[in-house]
Parts: sequence; C-alpha cells; structure tokens
Amino acid sequence: MKVKVRLFARLRELAGTSEMEVEIGEGMPVGEVFELVQARIPCLAGQQLPVAFAVNARYVAPDHPVGPGDEVAIIPPVSGGSGVLPGHP
Amino acid sequence: MFFLVTPDPLDPQQAVELVRRHEAGAVLVFLGVVRSQNLGRQVIRLQYEAYPEMAEQVMRELAQEAVARFQLTDVAIMHRTGVLPVGETSLVVAVSSPHRHQAFQGGQWLVDRLKERLPIWKKETFVGGEEWIEGELPPAG
Repeated sequence: MKVKVRLFARLRELAGTSEMEVEIGEGMPVGEVFELVQARIPCLAGQQLPVAFAVNARYVAPDHPVGPGDEVAIIPPVSGGSGVLPGHP
Repeated sequence: MFFLVTPDPLDPQQAVELVRRHEAGAVLVFLGVVRSQNLGRQVIRLQYEAYPEMAEQVMRELAQEAVARFQLTDVAIMHRTGVLPVGETSLVVAVSSPHRHQAFQGGQWLVDRLKERLPIWKKETFVGGEEWIEGELPPAG
C-alpha cells in the first residue's frame, strides 16, 4: 500500500519536497517507514537522525504500525516560540 | 478555548478578551517575541514553519491538561508562521483563572509544554548566515 509522508523544516529542505509517497507493507512500524524515506534522500541515507514521529497528527512511538490511509509525519526537534535552546544561555 | 496557527499578525488583546470571564479574577497573557540576539549572533529575522493541523491539536490537548491541573477557566493560544523580523510576536498564550496563582502557574506550565511539543520550527537568519534551530525532540506518544 501507499502512504503519504510529510516532511518539515530541515528535513523538508534536504529532501527538496514537503511530501513523499512511499510504498510499504500494511502495519509497517513508522520508524521503518522513515528508513525508506531516508533511503530516498541521498544526503540522509544511513544517518542516525534525531526525529519523532506522528501518525494522523498525533505523536507515536517508532514501533507504531502504519495502516491504509494514515498520514505519516517526520518531526525534527521542535523550536516554536522564541525562547532559548536547551543547554544555551 | 481558542487555538490558532496563522501567517497573519497576532492580536494579544483578542486573546485576552477570549478568556475574560466574570468568574475569573485573573487573566494572564504571555507573548513570545523575536529577539535580536541568539547564541551570540545578531538575529535579522526568523522563519516559522508549522504542521498546522497537528499544532492546533497539540494546543488543544495541552490546554485541556492545563485546565484540569491548574483549575484554569479558559485558554487561548495563537502561533504565527512565516517570516518575522526582530520585535514581532510569534506566540500568544492567554489564560484565565479564579485567582492569580493558578493563572501564573498554569500559564508557565502551558508555555513550557508548548515549546516541547508544538510541531513548529524556526529558521534563524543572522548576520553571516542562516540555520534551522532545533530545540526539543518531542516525547513519543
């Protein structure tokens, strides 16, 4: 089956697209879906990236199974608001 | 409760009026503002990018939790997206409560959680370059 994967911020720029369609087996863990996405972005292939995952606009663990019609999103470390970064003055 | 992710300028007074209630003796408003210095660099502007549908969902979940934990009367949260020069307001959080301590504590808790969990990112343009600012990795689930 095909799923839609949304990309944001630095990942979106590196991929050159905000959305990708990926062919997966039903129930594939979202972490493995991201590995397929990574493999299609040459500069990201094989890297360990700090990302979180969302399915249908909710945070999920990497082992969350992806089903038909699900919308997957790859969430890089977030930085809303305008405050300081953790660990910086 | 009121939640908004928008490319348009934010109106803090609108947020205040949205949470003002006869039973609430305290209204607290927080503004996040683009500041001129970060990591020792002179900031020119920030570009905010959101996953808007999810951001409003996360706002709703955190606001409901804040209401339950701190007995807040009402909550309004607004986040702006797009290119914002120094001095512009990127975040407005307004809370109301019967007494002031609940508003101060609930407001601080809510702003801290929003920074950890809102799917919103910013790219900083500073004198000499630009960079995506990557802060907190949201907890799973």
